[in-house]
Amino acid sequence: MSSVDFPVEKFRFGMLLSDTRYRSTSLQVITFIFFVAGVFWLVDNTVKNLALLDKDISFSFLWMRAGYDINQRLIPYTNDSTHATAALVGILNTLLVAFLGCIIATIVGVFVGILRLSKNWIISKLMSVYIEGFRNVPVLLWIVIVFALLTEFTPQPRAFKGEDPEASMILFDSIAITNRGTYLPSPQWGSGSIWLILVFLVSLLGIIIFLRYAKNIQKNTGRNLPVLWVSLGIFFVPTILFYFILGSPVTLEYPELKGFNFKDGIHIRNSLTALTLALSFYTSAFIGEIVRSGIMAISKGQTEAASALGLRPNKVMSLIVLPQALRVIVPPMISQYLNLTKNSSLAIAVGYMDVRGTLGGITLNQTGREMESMVLLMGFYLAISLLISSVINYFNRSFQLVGK
Amino acid sequence: MSKLAYVREREIPQSAPPITEVGIIKWLRENLFSSWLNSILTVLSLYFIFILLKDFIPWAYGAHWTTGSIRECYDVNPNVACFSVLTARWKQLLFGFYPPEEYWRPTLTFCLLILSIIPVLFPRFIRYFWFSLLYPGLAIWLLWGGSIWSVAIIYIGLGLGFLFFVIVSSGLIKSASVRLLAACLFTIIFFIFLANPLAEILSSLIPIYLPYVESLKFGGFTLSLIVGVTGIVASFPLGIVLALGRQSDLPLVKMICVGFIEFIRGVPLITLLFVASVLLNYFLPPGTNFDIVLRVIIMVTLFSAAYMAEVIRGGLAGLPVGQHEASAALGLTYWQSQRLIIMPQALKISIPGIVNTFIGLFKDTTLVSIISLMDPVGLASLIRADSKWNGIYWELYIAVGLMFFIVCYGMSKYSQYLETKLKTDN
Repeated sequence: MSSVDFPVEKFRFGMLLSDTRYRSTSLQVITFIFFVAGVFWLVDNTVKNLALLDKDISFSFLWMRAGYDINQRLIPYTNDSTHATAALVGILNTLLVAFLGCIIATIVGVFVGILRLSKNWIISKLMSVYIEGFRNVPVLLWIVIVFALLTEFTPQPRAFKGEDPEASMILFDSIAITNRGTYLPSPQWGSGSIWLILVFLVSLLGIIIFLRYAKNIQKNTGRNLPVLWVSLGIFFVPTILFYFILGSPVTLEYPELKGFNFKDGIHIRNSLTALTLALSFYTSAFIGEIVRSGIMAISKGQTEAASALGLRPNKVMSLIVLPQALRVIVPPMISQYLNLTKNSSLAIAVGYMDVRGTLGGITLNQTGREMESMVLLMGFYLAISLLISSVINYFNRSFQLVGK
Repeated sequence: MSKLAYVREREIPQSAPPITEVGIIKWLRENLFSSWLNSILTVLSLYFIFILLKDFIPWAYGAHWTTGSIRECYDVNPNVACFSVLTARWKQLLFGFYPPEEYWRPTLTFCLLILSIIPVLFPRFIRYFWFSLLYPGLAIWLLWGGSIWSVAIIYIGLGLGFLFFVIVSSGLIKSASVRLLAACLFTIIFFIFLANPLAEILSSLIPIYLPYVESLKFGGFTLSLIVGVTGIVASFPLGIVLALGRQSDLPLVKMICVGFIEFIRGVPLITLLFVASVLLNYFLPPGTNFDIVLRVIIMVTLFSAAYMAEVIRGGLAGLPVGQHEASAALGLTYWQSQRLIIMPQALKISIPGIVNTFIGLFKDTTLVSIISLMDPVGLASLIRADSKWNGIYWELYIAVGLMFFIVCYGMSKYSQYLETKLKTDN
């Protein structure tokens, strides 16, 4: 037997890049060097610049007196509160717009998406116009337009005055839409209202139990219970009954015109209304497209097979098409919610004080702490977006089609 | 006499279909009144359209176009549109505060833009692609002005670098990567040491100048187009690189790309623009102060590159793994297989997403109005603040909205055209 000597290749410098054994490591080392050098360069510049301006990095400004007013707030706040409280007020305002906007956008978007698939020519064309109109015009412009609509085309509070007023409140004199905002009746929680709330919660529980029960019956016997009517009954009847038994503990306080403005009731500023509506209409156009493509992604065979099994059209939709379409619809829809939340940072255009307006606006300008404010602001948005993307990932994992 | 059965020898002429099954009536029955629910919806939407048009048509039809201020509009007829504001200010909406005697420059730039994207959009004209490559420099020179050589020197440098590469390729250096490295090094050295003196010499020899226009004078639709088009052109390759980086086998590269993409996608563009306008000076060597429009362009580009990367990653993930394996089995290198096999297919799948990102980017250029650059939305508020036009809303918003709608809708229609054209399956 003879052994063959493999020629041992001598190490050459060029092999670092051309030889697959070394290439990956050497490429990464090069990347690492560049990356660290870049980061070092930025940090070094920042340190030098801060030294030049005689500044330091400190978050102590958060505990100083803010000294400015915020007209829209969900928690107690005065201009004596700290910058941290102001930031929190802003954060809550951002979350409020995001929450309301997501709900409205979903409802409108689902309607628009389904109606766009309608066989009715006019309806589907109208919905196309709606979708294309909102999608192809910047959201900032929509925010400004809706705000202008609300402030220019609504009556002034004093138009409600007098024996024969020019403007009148809608819905049984309970809601006043004025150019200073919308006034809603506010609920007054009297004694005993805690029991009413308890009854309401118990009836919600009752609905859940009933739905479980109906599902079981359907599974075991195939018999369908009238789910919708019974749930509606449980939802309304006990609460209304107890409302009268307890002697109307909850009353509504209606907004009333006193002097030149409305008093009492809940005051919703036009900036909030405009921002919420514009963001939700804009997002609803995208959601509409997502819903449409989700429904169209379900192959026709599914519908036909379901009909062949004898299911009626609404059952085909609710049992066959929608559950499958939801798998396609939900992830992009959640990322639209994220977009809506991020777009709410345009609140500045209508003077709504969200977190960018407080922490990243007035606080930043007053204290001159650009670096710290921006870091906190970006951290807040990043946290929200990471939270939402982990929700998407969770959804994808738990509802993935299990391939065989 | 035997009875004969009656036999018809000729076919009866076909009777006309029932009136409800032909023409417009059939169409109406099928599309508008197929069920009672549909009929109600049809009537409701017709009523809705009627209400909209009833107010809109007289408002727009009798509009004023030539009055001097909104007062005069109101004096003549307050119930119709006052488009005079557009007549008076359209130049500002298009060009911002660009010097009026130089309006031909942005106009020419825009016309050349259309010429230069034709070779990219329609493969029939690909032989004019050299013009598309030449265009960016030409546009920079036309818009900002100054000496032509300060822009031309970039092309000269790149051309010399390429020449250098060709020369060393002809046998001087064996290894391909070293050749590339040498050419890059040569180009960088050229730009650091030779570019400026050479440009000055050339300017003094052959002086071709345009008056310099500073960035703060830019505005209106010109600004939107500058930021939008530059962002689109620059974010596409950057997005591809980021997407490939995210798919890379090299953990470090992957980590950096994922970190970058997730960071950018996690924050609103407006905060990034604030970083550009407020914080960027901290990150750069003391004393640097570079152009605000350029800063905005960089931020917008980075922002949409991150989104682009995710879209392209979706396309890459949509490719069957067999494509990668087959191209590897054919002996193609990583870059060859990316260029010839993977990317063409991945990009094709992701066309709708890519174009949506472009549209989003173009719409997002309006956000620069919040850092007080004068894009059309910013100009609209500025014009409204003028006492002559105080109180005007719809006329301006309609004009600005239409401008954006036309561009964005055009892009989405083009993407649909491209999708059907590139469709290869049945």
